[in-house]
Amino acid sequence: MTNLLALEEAHTAAGFPVLAVMVLLPLVGAAVMALIPRTRPDLHRLVAIITACSAGALTLWVLYQFKTNDAGFQFVVSQTWVSSFDIKFYLGVDGISLFLLVLTGVLFPIALFAAKPDHDEKGYYLWITLLMAGCLGVFCALDLFLFFLFFELTIVPLYFLIGRWGHGRKVYAATKFFLFTMFGSAFMLVSIVTLALLAGAGENGQTSFDLIKIVESGAISQNWGRVLFCGFAIAFMVKTPVFPFHTWLPDAHTEAPTAGSIDLAGVLLKLGTYGFMRYGLYLFPEATVWAAPVMLTLATIGIIYGAIVAAMQRNLKRLVAYSSVSHMGFAILGLFALTTQGLEGSVLVMINHGITTGAMFILLGFLYSRRHTYDIASLKGLQTVAPVFAGLFTIVMFSSIGVPGLNGFVGEFLVLLGTFVSHRWWAVVAATGVILAALYMLWAYQRVFHGEVDDANRDMPDLKLTERLVMVPLILLIVFLGVYPKPVLERIQPSVERLLVHVEAVNRAAGHDFHIATTEDGEHLEPVADEPANDGEPKTDAEPAADAETSGTTQTAPEAGQ
Amino acid sequence: MVSLVWLIPALPLLGFLLLLAVGPRLGEPIAGWLATAMVAGSFVVSVLAFIGLHSQPDHTTTFTLFTWIPAGRFNVDVGFLLDPLSSAMILFITGVGALIHLYSIGYMHGDKKFSKFFLYLNLFVFSMLLLVLGDNLLLTFVGWEGVGTCSYLLISFWFEKPANASAGKKAFVTNRVGDWGFMVGIFITWFTFGTIQYTQFIPVSPGAATTTATIISLMLFIGAVGKSAQIPLYLWLPDAMAGPTPVSALIHAATMVTAGVYVMVRINPMLHAASPWLPTLIAWVGVITALFAATIAMAQTDIKKVLAYSTVSQLGYMFLAVGVGGYWVAIFHMITHAFFKALLFLGAGSVIHGMDDEQDLRRMGGLRKLMPITAATFIVGWLAIAGVPPFSGFWSKDEILTYAFHQNIALYLVGLFTALLTAFYMSRQVFLVFYGKARWNDPAEPSTHEAHSDAEAAAEGAEAGAAAVATAVDAGEHHEIHPHESPWTMWVPLVVLAVFAAIAGFINLPFADSTKYLENWLEPVTGRYGAVVDYSNGTIVALLTISTIVALSGIGVAFLVYRRRKLPAAWFEPPLFLQGWHYDAAVSAFMGGPGRAGFNALSWFDRTIIDGAVNGIGALARDTGSIVRRTQSGLVRTYALAVTIGAVLLMLFVLTRVNW
Amino acid sequence: MILAATSTAVNDSGFQPYWYLILGALLFSIGAVGLLVRRNPLVMLMCVELMLNAVNLTFVTFGTMLNDIGGQVIVFFVLVVAAAEVVVGLGIIVAVMRRRPDATADDISALRG
Repeated sequence: MTNLLALEEAHTAAGFPVLAVMVLLPLVGAAVMALIPRTRPDLHRLVAIITACSAGALTLWVLYQFKTNDAGFQFVVSQTWVSSFDIKFYLGVDGISLFLLVLTGVLFPIALFAAKPDHDEKGYYLWITLLMAGCLGVFCALDLFLFFLFFELTIVPLYFLIGRWGHGRKVYAATKFFLFTMFGSAFMLVSIVTLALLAGAGENGQTSFDLIKIVESGAISQNWGRVLFCGFAIAFMVKTPVFPFHTWLPDAHTEAPTAGSIDLAGVLLKLGTYGFMRYGLYLFPEATVWAAPVMLTLATIGIIYGAIVAAMQRNLKRLVAYSSVSHMGFAILGLFALTTQGLEGSVLVMINHGITTGAMFILLGFLYSRRHTYDIASLKGLQTVAPVFAGLFTIVMFSSIGVPGLNGFVGEFLVLLGTFVSHRWWAVVAATGVILAALYMLWAYQRVFHGEVDDANRDMPDLKLTERLVMVPLILLIVFLGVYPKPVLERIQPSVERLLVHVEAVNRAAGHDFHIATTEDGEHLEPVADEPANDGEPKTDAEPAADAETSGTTQTAPEAGQ
Repeated sequence: MVSLVWLIPALPLLGFLLLLAVGPRLGEPIAGWLATAMVAGSFVVSVLAFIGLHSQPDHTTTFTLFTWIPAGRFNVDVGFLLDPLSSAMILFITGVGALIHLYSIGYMHGDKKFSKFFLYLNLFVFSMLLLVLGDNLLLTFVGWEGVGTCSYLLISFWFEKPANASAGKKAFVTNRVGDWGFMVGIFITWFTFGTIQYTQFIPVSPGAATTTATIISLMLFIGAVGKSAQIPLYLWLPDAMAGPTPVSALIHAATMVTAGVYVMVRINPMLHAASPWLPTLIAWVGVITALFAATIAMAQTDIKKVLAYSTVSQLGYMFLAVGVGGYWVAIFHMITHAFFKALLFLGAGSVIHGMDDEQDLRRMGGLRKLMPITAATFIVGWLAIAGVPPFSGFWSKDEILTYAFHQNIALYLVGLFTALLTAFYMSRQVFLVFYGKARWNDPAEPSTHEAHSDAEAAAEGAEAGAAAVATAVDAGEHHEIHPHESPWTMWVPLVVLAVFAAIAGFINLPFADSTKYLENWLEPVTGRYGAVVDYSNGTIVALLTISTIVALSGIGVAFLVYRRRKLPAAWFEPPLFLQGWHYDAAVSAFMGGPGRAGFNALSWFDRTIIDGAVNGIGALARDTGSIVRRTQSGLVRTYALAVTIGAVLLMLFVLTRVNW
Repeated sequence: MILAATSTAVNDSGFQPYWYLILGALLFSIGAVGLLVRRNPLVMLMCVELMLNAVNLTFVTFGTMLNDIGGQVIVFFVLVVAAAEVVVGLGIIVAVMRRRPDATADDISALRG
């Protein structure tokens, strides 16, 4: 099998291992905080903010230094850890994980600025910092063991954050989140270990947990590949979340403290979809193609179901939680469409969702700090008393709905376009999600912001200057990514295409008739007189020929000169 | 000069950004003048571009700004296409838009959110220009959704009244249903042609397979049905009257609703290549909508609602034109409609303003003498829409009917009958408002408010804004109204529009090739695949005469009913018409009833079944544990017994394994 | 196998090593039955001791029979464990008895799951 994924040279500009520092910095910060006594909450906040901002600055630096046309892994750090199993401290970034890293680096400091805990600051800041370390680690890890470590590392802090600093049924929500996610992770652990043992990708058939070596060894048979994929898939389906494993999300979101919600929605949900991309598509291309129809169906169901159930919620935060289910449905849809546009759209949806929903939760946090309720029925006429708040909410809401000109649209559109090319009917059905998104969002907005103010809401103050400043970077991103997404797309594309080429090659080698669907032969630019056009050649092996829809003509050979 | 085309949308965008930053500080009326100046500037540049276009090959030029979405083979730039069609449209969009901005300075006087209004208006004009100037389907879609968003913001501008907020939401969501179709159309287009740029796929679209062309056109038509308020997605437009009147004039008369027609005309080669049933469908949808809406307009008692349904009806005419192959004719009617409908709406706004926010036709009357300029201009608009020669509406409507006649006599007859109704209900409106006895100080009749939907009642209340005294709603109560003419910022636009409504018809007289300016101008875009209608001058004159007779008859009947009281009004205003054939009520009932029940069922499903399963697993673990823990009795002897039994078993096992 | 082993190590007194094994088994069963049947904690403890010592005896016997010193070494370990266990067990029993002088094993179930 051709060595399609040769490792690039370590790009460590300025000669220091950026990624290692970036991932370990929050751990160090947490250690420092553990030593500072409980009685100095201001110090804890300071250390937390410094750590988060530094790690965030490092992610931005990585972004700045990232070579655009390089499809491989950059800034690679590789240190042997457990040599007998070839477990390494192995980090690297490529186009797919780059922006997720930046998202983490940007959202965590903002979350820290946006909300303060009202008790036990030490624990709060400690857990958030650990959470950041876990998230950063997941996105860079290239070693299966290390990945699992960081993946699990994200679960525990969030459990405590929800359970101690949340509200309402916080303990129930935290426990549910923890157990549900762990349940999925258990399957993944079994898969990881089995995979490492079976692949024997180290020297002389030794066990190795090195991701790239395992892929290149090509030692997994088709059936094993499918079984192992399912193990990974369960964990990622719970994390994303994909219908029907989504029910932990509404509770976790609703009862979490503001910063917890921001981080959960903004970053943690992406662990699942990223996991699918990096460990699903990359490790098990054949199984991905095999599982695609099911996943696409679940994604489509998730989009529509999430939107409908969101419309019926009485709690504003719960509504946004279900909208997250709907949005992540788009991400999964694009992912399993297995086209360039679909995958790029999927990554873009991840980024956009992080920004938009993060912003949404910040705003909801501001609301809660004033009115101490998320209940829609108790809120009315807020636009009159808090116009700035309403204005910001409008922008974020439109981004969530997917109005062109703002970031949400580009991702969703690319996903649907990419899905249409390979799995037409899923795209057509999923596109109705845009109608539903407008419905539930505008209805909620109307109940909360429009109408005459009643006494309970009359005294609600508008946003303070500090709060407005917190929102500014996110709003700017929302607008910028909507108007000029080119820099982001440019960097994602090479890695995505390489991934797809790999998927295609593996499937071909396994004897499946699969190719990346594009409009391969649709470039008719000269006027063609009365000649039936070749419609785009669709489909993977997952979908039987559905040519009847577009044309009655049979496939003609590409003409010369076209 | 055409290289300045980017300025055309840029100026309103600049206005938007400036108002966003310092709008409230500029306040009234500077914010209004700023916004107006921006749109007026756009108009000037549009004129220059129009002139400059004459020297371009094929009267077409393109201009690319930057790469927007590079995603593999899907590559979309932000670029502008200036060709006969888009140049014609930007002229009236910016022209009428500027006049409406000017008007709004007077109309929104005293409103607390004065600058915000102009903020949204500028954004709207920007979006509309993007829609029309965009050189590819996606950019058009951006503008498409942009005008939808601004429409939402503007309709629910006075959001304190729940009905206004609902109307805005209804508009946006209904539009979105159409947008689904538009998006799918974009997907198929890219999939088939590999590009969505107009200059690249439209010329080759006649070569596409019939089914493909049909599906794409159908999907785009679905989008158009939503945006241009045809059956069955027209429901949002009458409710949208809850917004301030300039909004109705700009968005729902002159610009946004015409976007659907624009798209259909833009893709006319593809439409031509589609199966014949699709254009026929379009034509019938158009003409039935026209008829349907006209009947409803006959019975409405709110001055704006009449005009709203009238808009739906006139849009139906435009689609009729598209369906019978008269693409340039649809644009012709779009232009004349922009003038006379905006005029009518602004005139209605002037009436409402002068009547201290009274909107009920039955409480007006005899305003001709008290508001002379408004009356005179409104009458011009009336004559135009009724189709009385030589006003503009006559020429454009007759062209449509001619093309319909050419295609199918049934379409022609329905269209003609609708023209009769149009003349009738507009005359009714004019007679009730401007002629006859002054009725506003009469003891109130059974209040119209009972018959109104919530939206109407709220709309009337909504017009109160901040400055005016609220109209008393309860029966029997009224206060002294002193109708007066509006300020110059309001009547100057009326006059200008009236002039155009009167003479705009002359851009295309059907008698000789030399007088067909518009048809010739649009020829590069619409000529090749449009229907060819070549009647002798005799036939043309005959058709014109029939149209004139029909228009005058409609006016005449209305005269008999409303001025001379020779015929009872009740014959012409059955409750069925007033209630819109109960369609809106049916949809609301469905959404509130089975629709909501369905949603609730899913929500219940999620809560009880799925979450129940999750909690059930937890409960299962707990219950199993509570059974198993009974073995932990805490009693030492039990444990000892267990150990013993275990040991014995183990020993027996070992014994079976031993080699004797 | 047992017969073969004893034939080399036996002295000519008619004594058979397996008698100790039978003794050991007997003592063990007495201890086991006593542990299961008796309710007095002290008696139960004594039965445990009995079992442990029976095991000791068995180990030594086997050590002799197999000519392996390991059997006797293990006895040391068992004795140490027995001693430690008696200390802890008596401590617990004394503590319990102080509160309820008539407590039996069936009354002590505070550690139930």
